[in-house]
Amino acid sequence: MISFDLNGQHVEFSGDPDTPLLWVVRDFFKLKGSKFGCGAGLCGACTMHLDGSAIKTCVLSVAAVAQKQVTTIEGLSTEGELHPLQTAWVTHNVPQCGYCQSGQIMAAAALLKDNPNAGLEDIDRAMAGNICRCGCYPRIKNAIVDAGRQLAGAEKARKAPIAYDAMSEEAGA
Amino acid sequence: MTTNTLSRRRFLKVSAQTGGGLFIAAQLPGCSFGGALPIDLADDGFVPNAFLQLTTTNDVIFYCPADEMGQGIRTGLATLVGEELDVHPETMRVVSAGSHEDYNNPEYEMQLTGGSNAIRAFHEPLRQIGADTRALLLNAASLDLGIPEGQLATENGMIIAGERRYPYGEFLGTASTLPFPEDTPLKTRAQFKFIGSQFPRIDAEEKTTGEAVFGIDIDIPDMVSAVVVRAPVAGSKLISFNPEKALGVSGVFDVIAISSGVAVVAENYWQANRAAKLVEIEWQSAPLGSVSSATMRADLMAAIEDDNQATTDREGDPEHAFAESSQKHSATFFTPLLAHAPMEPLNATLRLKNGVADLWTGVQAIGSAQGLIERITGYPREQIHVHNQYLGGGFGRRATLTHIVEVAEIALAVEKPVQLVWSRENDLQNGLYRPASLMKLHAALDNTGRITGWQARRAGGNLTPDYMRNSLPALMPNLPEFIFEGMTAATDYMLKRWTTDGSSVEGLHETYDLPHREISHVTVDHGLPLTFWRSVGHSYTGFAVESMMDELAEAANLDPVSFRLKQLENKPRMAGVITKAGDLMNAMSVPEGHHLGFAAHSSFSTDVAQIAEVSVTENKIRVHKVTCVVDCGMAVNPDIIKSQLEGSVMFALTATLHGQIDLEQGAVVQSNFHDYPILRMDEAPAVEVVIMPSDAGPTGIGEPGVPPLAPAVANGVYRATGRRLRELPLRLA
Repeated sequence: MISFDLNGQHVEFSGDPDTPLLWVVRDFFKLKGSKFGCGAGLCGACTMHLDGSAIKTCVLSVAAVAQKQVTTIEGLSTEGELHPLQTAWVTHNVPQCGYCQSGQIMAAAALLKDNPNAGLEDIDRAMAGNICRCGCYPRIKNAIVDAGRQLAGAEKARKAPIAYDAMSEEAGA
Repeated sequence: MTTNTLSRRRFLKVSAQTGGGLFIAAQLPGCSFGGALPIDLADDGFVPNAFLQLTTTNDVIFYCPADEMGQGIRTGLATLVGEELDVHPETMRVVSAGSHEDYNNPEYEMQLTGGSNAIRAFHEPLRQIGADTRALLLNAASLDLGIPEGQLATENGMIIAGERRYPYGEFLGTASTLPFPEDTPLKTRAQFKFIGSQFPRIDAEEKTTGEAVFGIDIDIPDMVSAVVVRAPVAGSKLISFNPEKALGVSGVFDVIAISSGVAVVAENYWQANRAAKLVEIEWQSAPLGSVSSATMRADLMAAIEDDNQATTDREGDPEHAFAESSQKHSATFFTPLLAHAPMEPLNATLRLKNGVADLWTGVQAIGSAQGLIERITGYPREQIHVHNQYLGGGFGRRATLTHIVEVAEIALAVEKPVQLVWSRENDLQNGLYRPASLMKLHAALDNTGRITGWQARRAGGNLTPDYMRNSLPALMPNLPEFIFEGMTAATDYMLKRWTTDGSSVEGLHETYDLPHREISHVTVDHGLPLTFWRSVGHSYTGFAVESMMDELAEAANLDPVSFRLKQLENKPRMAGVITKAGDLMNAMSVPEGHHLGFAAHSSFSTDVAQIAEVSVTENKIRVHKVTCVVDCGMAVNPDIIKSQLEGSVMFALTATLHGQIDLEQGAVVQSNFHDYPILRMDEAPAVEVVIMPSDAGPTGIGEPGVPPLAPAVANGVYRATGRRLRELPLRLA
């Protein structure tokens, strides 16, 4: 029997302790927001937080999280309020297919928790483990910068519509 | 516009027939084989046509006929219908339409999402349905309120009568008794509220909270998991297998032979996948077993010189043009096999229960999925329901449904609901691939820089046959088994020898005026399953033609933009795109060591030019920025157009810098993202997008941003290094 904290709740798992955390969360606790992409820790779709740090859970046995705190995308927002990253994701129209986005957001949330003022190179480094096949990278980057600003209190999240480069001048007529 | 008027009319007619005043849980009339519409009438609701359901609680539900794989089509089509219905797309509930012929793509006459045609094909029909439904509601409101229609207006789901506002939901009872109007005039551009404006994608929020449901997230009672072990060499048949070790893994119920290999069935995926590695299998050898990447390439090089080629397009007198020209240029280009690698591995969940089949998956071809389940299980089509979820990426891979065949065979055998999941290794090693291509181009120039003669030949496997084989059951659903088998064999025979698959040669000449040309093809089929890959034939022909154009511009002593404009006298739309891109390029100042590469390509009725800012350090190519100019007709959702071009740049840059599938003795070498690398954030360039203003009907945007990227980068690398790289992925060392 392995017990751990899942999104603030004490949970117990009595199956095979070698089962990767991803599949315990998806198949046993039925939280489907964390995704399976590679099964080898290469794509980041399964990213969760373990004691606050981003970790790839498709290669992490559930035994390794005993007595620890696990947070999934379902536990990221609190009291019904979207996390500033999630708000920025919507404002920037980040997702395309959306499959990788839980992992992207969890990786970004761990980064901003430690360093809300993360610069573009910090973001590149922290996000290098998360693949987006649709290629949402420029928007992910912009959304992280915006959310970071809000978390740092430096600036309120932009609520204004996105300016699409040169679109308004082109279609203005 | 290539919309087929006949099928569009038929589309409207069929849609209208299903209307005629149905109110509150009425049974909708069936059609030829589609049966009842797959619309949930649990809520009280008025269903004026197959696409819309309005409820007395003022919900507007839109049954979206195209599959959402990231391209933003749910938002796009909701924008079209919402514009005319006068309901904001964000306030609509947009759901995937189920399997029914009323949702057929008007151009394909089947339920298929691909070829970047959904916005183009559904534009007029869906706007018409929105307009007609709004007219019906105005008519009903006029009768109920006793106010002439001319004194009523609408605003975002409300009827406006002077100072008073009434939700559409109040007039459904009367609306259901009225004839459904036809040919209601559509809005003019100046009247648009939603088309061309900015609002979040309707799926943006659920895709950031983890709530969006993909096929792999389906979890139904008593469901078991299956993983299939397939032959490492495609085409090898199973001789025998020993399940013993696999059956020893806890949670494993069963190990069974199916047509594609051996299926391991367990309580969950992780157990099934672990056990799958323990099945001992003996495979027959297959012809593909003697093929490696090097022999495949050698075969293409031999074949392209072969006289056994087919002319797929010919115009004017190219031989004469070459004989007359004093400046001729030839070049040969090679592009490798590629995998699609969508982030969500292929999966499908099938329940066969009480004579009803329910399939939960995410595919680009709902109709084919339904047909395959019918063919394999024998369930009647009207009892087969396809619940299509969000697709975690498609890129063409989810149009050919080998996994649906597998799940049907397994579900029949185990007599329980089954969820089949492909591992990433399965995805890369047992899939269908973008074929390798060799392209040989010859051009003759006159002394003004005009291309007077053009010959282009491609050697490689065809793109369509494996899709055709897979889709046959959907095309001929009612054919008896023995005829069907005969047809399949005949089709196989024919397709193997098919030399004029239009998809295989598309893009070899269409972008430019090339009045004296010959396009030809040599089919080389090694037996590796092949299929459409985002932008299809253009994904490789764009690289060859646009690299060639750069070489020809240099030979003609012209800059890349004015050289291309010389070949575009009869193609004003692309000329406009290239002129705009040229202006942007001229105004760019780039840092020391950075170089600009230019390319443009026309595909799927959309024109795109791209400027890649490139640098090369110690033979490493880096792309800093890509500027895109696009003409896709009327911009329905400008920010989605922008995001599709951003995504196309990234998708194509993966292929440009990294993408390569290798064969060794017929087996795919690459197995996961460590050896099939996908572009990551630290390699992602900035992308700028300029959308040309247009009043023309909208055209697709999912694919046309892909073809110009590789040649734009290659042309930039030439400026940086003086080396012409005529092979993908681009490698300097």
